[in-house]
Amino acid sequence: MTGPIRLTTPLGDEVLRLRAGDRVELSGTVYTARDEAHLRMQEAGIPFDPKGAVIYHCGPVIGDGKVIAAGPTTSARMNEMEGFLIDKGVRAFIGKGGMGSTVRNQLAGKGVYLAFTGGCAALASSHMSLQGVFFEDLGMAEAVWIIGLERLPLVVGIDSVGNDIFAAAHRQADTVFRQYR
Amino acid sequence: MKPDPLHKALADATFTAYREAVIRLPPDVLRAIGNAAAAETNAVARGEFENILKNIEIAEQHGIPLCQDTGVPVVYLTVPPDVPFTQDLYDAIARGVRRATKEVPLRPNVVDPLTRHNTNDNTGMGMPAIHVKPGKTLAVTVLPKGAGAENMSRTAMLLPSQKDQIEKFVVETVYLAGSRPCPPVIIGVGIGGTFDGAAALAKEALLEPVDHMTEYEQEIFAAVNRLGIGPMGLGGDTTALAVLVKKAGCHTASLPVAVNIQCWANRHATVEVKR
Repeated sequence: MTGPIRLTTPLGDEVLRLRAGDRVELSGTVYTARDEAHLRMQEAGIPFDPKGAVIYHCGPVIGDGKVIAAGPTTSARMNEMEGFLIDKGVRAFIGKGGMGSTVRNQLAGKGVYLAFTGGCAALASSHMSLQGVFFEDLGMAEAVWIIGLERLPLVVGIDSVGNDIFAAAHRQADTVFRQYR
Repeated sequence: MKPDPLHKALADATFTAYREAVIRLPPDVLRAIGNAAAAETNAVARGEFENILKNIEIAEQHGIPLCQDTGVPVVYLTVPPDVPFTQDLYDAIARGVRRATKEVPLRPNVVDPLTRHNTNDNTGMGMPAIHVKPGKTLAVTVLPKGAGAENMSRTAMLLPSQKDQIEKFVVETVYLAGSRPCPPVIIGVGIGGTFDGAAALAKEALLEPVDHMTEYEQEIFAAVNRLGIGPMGLGGDTTALAVLVKKAGCHTASLPVAVNIQCWANRHATVEVKR
C-alpha cells in the first residue's frame, strides 16, 4: 500500500485526481464553518480568499490563543449551503459523516469531501495552530477560525467524479437490512 | 454555608471521575477498540482506527478531553447505610460538575430545552441526571453522554409476541443512525421494565464490561456488524464494538425495548469517596 497523498493549500486541480478512499495528509490553512457561519457568509460575503480554500466543519474549543479540541461536526447539516462556496472556488470540505447528493453533484469536476475521524479532537488539535478568526461575535463554536494545519490525516469520502464511499456503505447496509422486512 | 467534609469529598470525587472519564477510556473499552482494529479488513476502516488509537494516546499524554463534545453529566451514585440520603448529596455532585466544567475544561452543553439558553456550567434544570442506589460504599460514577450518539437512540413498546423482533429493532436503530453516532458504536439495550425504565436500563447497560457478551448479546452484535456501516460510516467490518443487554420484569401485556447508542468513546469512570 502506498502512503498518504500530501496536499497543501491553496488547492488546485490536483484534487481532481483524488479518488474516494485515498488517504490524504493536508497542510496549510483551513477555515472552520458550521451552520451560523455559512448563513453569515451568504449574507455578508466570504471573509477570506475562497480560491483553492478548504472549509472545516468544526466547532472547536479555543483557549489561551490555542486550538484545544477540534474534532469534526456532522457535515450533513450543511448539505444545502455549500453551493455558493464551491462556485467561488472552494476546493474541499472536511467533516464527518459525509454529505448529500446536492454537494456530491456540486463537487463534480471541482473539488472533494474529506472525512476526518469523529471524536478525534485531541489528535486534530495536535496537528493545528491558531492563526486568526472572523465573525467572532457568532460565539466560539460558530465563528470562522483560521487554523494552520500540519499533515492532518484524512480520507477522501467523495471525489470529483461522483464516487462516494459513504453512499456505498449506506447501500450495503440497506441491502442487509432489507432481509428483516 | 461551608459544606461538611463528607459532601466536600463527594464533590471532589465527582470532579475526579468526570475528568478521568473525558480523558481516559476504561480498559475493557480500550481492549475492544484494539481488538477490532486488529481484526478489521477494510483499508479505509483501518485508517479510521489508526486515528482513533492515536487520539486516545494524545488525550492521555496531554491530559485533554478525547472529544470536544464532553457530553451532559449522567451520574450513578451508590449510598451506604450510614450516609443520610439528602439533597446535600445532589448539591455536592452538582458542585463537582461545575468545577469540572471550569477546570478540565468541559464544553458547557446544558441548555433550557425550549429557550436554548445555556446555563454555562453543565448543571441546572435537573442536570446532572443522578441515579441513586443503596450500596456498600459511597461511590460516584460519571458517564458523560455526547449528543451525536444519544440523538440516534430509540424506544419501542413491542407486543409480548414480538420477542423475535428485538434484534430487528436494534439493527434498524443502527441502520437509521448510519454515520451520525460516530461508529463503531457500543449499544445499550434495555428489555422489559416500563416505558421509562427500559430507557434507563439501556443507558445503565453501557457501564457493563464490553468484553463479556452473552450468547444473546453476541447474536445481536453479529447482526449489527453485518450492516457494514463501518467506522464513521465509511464501510467496514466494525460497526459496533459491543451489544450490552439489561433486563427487568415487565407487564404480561408489554415488551418495552430501548436502544441507547454510544459512540466508540464509551466514557465512564467511578471514584469511591474516601472517608
